[in-house]
Amino acid sequence: MKFSISIGLAVAAFACGNAAFAASAENGKMAFVKNGCWQCHGFEGQGSVATSNGKVIAHTELPYESFEAFVRGTNRAMPPYSETILSSADLVDIYAYVQSVPKPPEVSSIPLLK
Amino acid sequence: MKRKDFARDDSRTEFNRRKFLAGVAVAGAAVSAPSGANAAPTTAPDAAPAPRPSALPPTAKVAAAETATPQEIQKQEGGKPGSDFMVDVIKKLDIKYLPCNPASSFRALHESLIDYGQNKQPEFLTCMHEESAVGMAHGYFKIAGKPLMTLVHGTVGLQHAAMGIYNAWCDRVPVIVIGGNDLDAAHRPPGVPTFHSAQDINALVRDFTKWDDTPTSPQHFAQSMVRMYKTAMTPPYGPVMMSLDAGLQQEPMRDYGGEKLYIPRYVPSSPPQGDTGAVKEAARLLAGAERPVVVVDRAARTPNGIKLLVELAETLQAAVVDQGGRMNFPKTHYLNRPPNVVGQADVVIGMELSDFWAVVNSYVDNGEHGIGFNESKLKAGTKLISINSVELITKSNYQDFQRFQVVDVSMPADAEATLPALIEAVKSAIPDSRKDAIAKRGETFRNAYANGRENVKKAAAIAWDASPISTARLVMETWNQIKDLDWSLVASEGNVSNWPNRLWPMEKHHHWLGRSGGYGVGYGAPASIGAALANRDLGRFSVSFQSDGDLMYAPGVLWTAARHKIPLLAVMHNNRGYHQESMHVQRLANFRNRVVYNGNDLAALGTSIENPDIEYHKLAQSMGWWAKGPIKDPADLGPAIKEAVAVVKSGQPALLNVWTQPR
Repeated sequence: MKFSISIGLAVAAFACGNAAFAASAENGKMAFVKNGCWQCHGFEGQGSVATSNGKVIAHTELPYESFEAFVRGTNRAMPPYSETILSSADLVDIYAYVQSVPKPPEVSSIPLLK
Repeated sequence: MKRKDFARDDSRTEFNRRKFLAGVAVAGAAVSAPSGANAAPTTAPDAAPAPRPSALPPTAKVAAAETATPQEIQKQEGGKPGSDFMVDVIKKLDIKYLPCNPASSFRALHESLIDYGQNKQPEFLTCMHEESAVGMAHGYFKIAGKPLMTLVHGTVGLQHAAMGIYNAWCDRVPVIVIGGNDLDAAHRPPGVPTFHSAQDINALVRDFTKWDDTPTSPQHFAQSMVRMYKTAMTPPYGPVMMSLDAGLQQEPMRDYGGEKLYIPRYVPSSPPQGDTGAVKEAARLLAGAERPVVVVDRAARTPNGIKLLVELAETLQAAVVDQGGRMNFPKTHYLNRPPNVVGQADVVIGMELSDFWAVVNSYVDNGEHGIGFNESKLKAGTKLISINSVELITKSNYQDFQRFQVVDVSMPADAEATLPALIEAVKSAIPDSRKDAIAKRGETFRNAYANGRENVKKAAAIAWDASPISTARLVMETWNQIKDLDWSLVASEGNVSNWPNRLWPMEKHHHWLGRSGGYGVGYGAPASIGAALANRDLGRFSVSFQSDGDLMYAPGVLWTAARHKIPLLAVMHNNRGYHQESMHVQRLANFRNRVVYNGNDLAALGTSIENPDIEYHKLAQSMGWWAKGPIKDPADLGPAIKEAVAVVKSGQPALLNVWTQPR
């Protein structure tokens, strides 16, 4: 893997149906890359007007259940990920990863964006 | 047509290239053969009589003709080659440059251009691929507003050039392409020149050129050349093609039956304007609209087009959606709005849209069944108006005009030429009682514009410090180093999430040139160099966002830029893959419920450009560029761009190999 992102949240727990998964943001980072999520969402979930209609999944406000439901079914603009190709364990880790990426700096703190 | 008008008129007495070549071949054979009657027999006395040689010894007259300097050559020295006259014609059209990969089928014209024409108007620019040459001409026009010509080699060179020509066709850009072609099958040299000739090379590109011809005399050449230029330069612009016989180029001028050769004067055609009645009806609909929206793609052909669009938009206080085929509308203007405003419109006017259908409909690619979903974006009853010159040159085979969209007022006309009449008609159609309401509409847009700017900046801040470097950071670090210059973004390939258009204060026509037209990858590198050439002559600074896949189609164009001292700052968006295709394969695999096979790469096998990584900075250095990389840490980017800008300001091209996020 050829990108580096500091991960603030290493491990978290999410309820998923009746099962509880111990989530690993580190594993989630690998699953995020391996399953091609980065292609449309960028390595930090920043998204793009060109590939995710501007949707940002970094620090998504969706609860896990809604996140999972969307990934499995999608709106068809995003191709769906069934459990056959993306396990629930990996999806939980991916959720942990997108919650763990560094929060963006305030615009006012970036001279180039003033 | 009288026989004397043909280029292959055997009755003439002047030097004939075919006879000369045939003579050379026979003379060579005569030198290596035994000397006829004086040769000793080589067969044994008891052998059968030697067969009669198929080639008889030459007579004294023939031997003299074959070994002495041909008389025809002496005659040629005294005459003017046909290709010199062709140079006179080309010079009359004031074509400044000739980006070109050399070839034997136009050797005569090549020689005339550099020796007789003194390599001026046009100046020869050595290219390493015909697609690069056409791409350079494409980019050049978008800055200079004047076409360049290129010469290509019969069948093979034209096939190389074809993709570039297609991009120019789809982007409505004039390029003059002349293909050398050795038509005379009975006399052309055997072997390679035959593979490189065809009866009708123009057929290769006929479906995506405005006009083509095959002149058979110098006068025919002069008429066709001026017609080509005129046709290419009449909106809608487009590429044109000429098949130019190698023999016609090489043969000397002769007596054309007392007819004096002339070069027709070029008089520009006025662009087609919308019908008066249709303009009035469009104005009536716009003036009465509550939420009119103006959608533009290649509407502003010139800087004046921007002024006219601003005047129309401000008169109506209408939202403008700039699709970016050209720099149509200032990005800093409060009426510049995103595409979703179409959904609230009651009247939409589209100007020079290649795809009106997609403006008012949405499409979702359903990889599951191969058929996407279509959905209208429009409210019921929305009226549509179109001004589109491309309706005047629709062809059948390549349907870049996209899906059929029913519109209420259709003007097959040039938008920029029609705008003055439309603006006046709109002003006349707005009653005084509506003027306050229209002004209030503008206030709403001012607020929406300000909020939109803040949201764009917030989006740019996400992943600001990431490595690979975010495309927003890439674009803004570049901006920081060029903002005080008279800059021109000459290409933005590989999709940097449209950040330049969203964050840079683009206002002038040369700030943004649009894209390739046909989306044939490989346009960015040559087009940016061609545009940089035009900007060099105007004293402007050229910058491009150069993607990795695009550069590798024909990287030899880097050498052309260094060789001809064309200053350009190429900041690479190196995401190490054909990223669009990565997503397509991922999409199909998901819908088919299969895991994508990546091999050892990041993305689907066959879509990554890694293992090994290409060292683009070294590639550029090897061809005479100042270059640096790979830059992966965003903190290193600003200082590197600053160094590169200094190099470019000194007149040299510079490239930065930057590892970036995918989009």
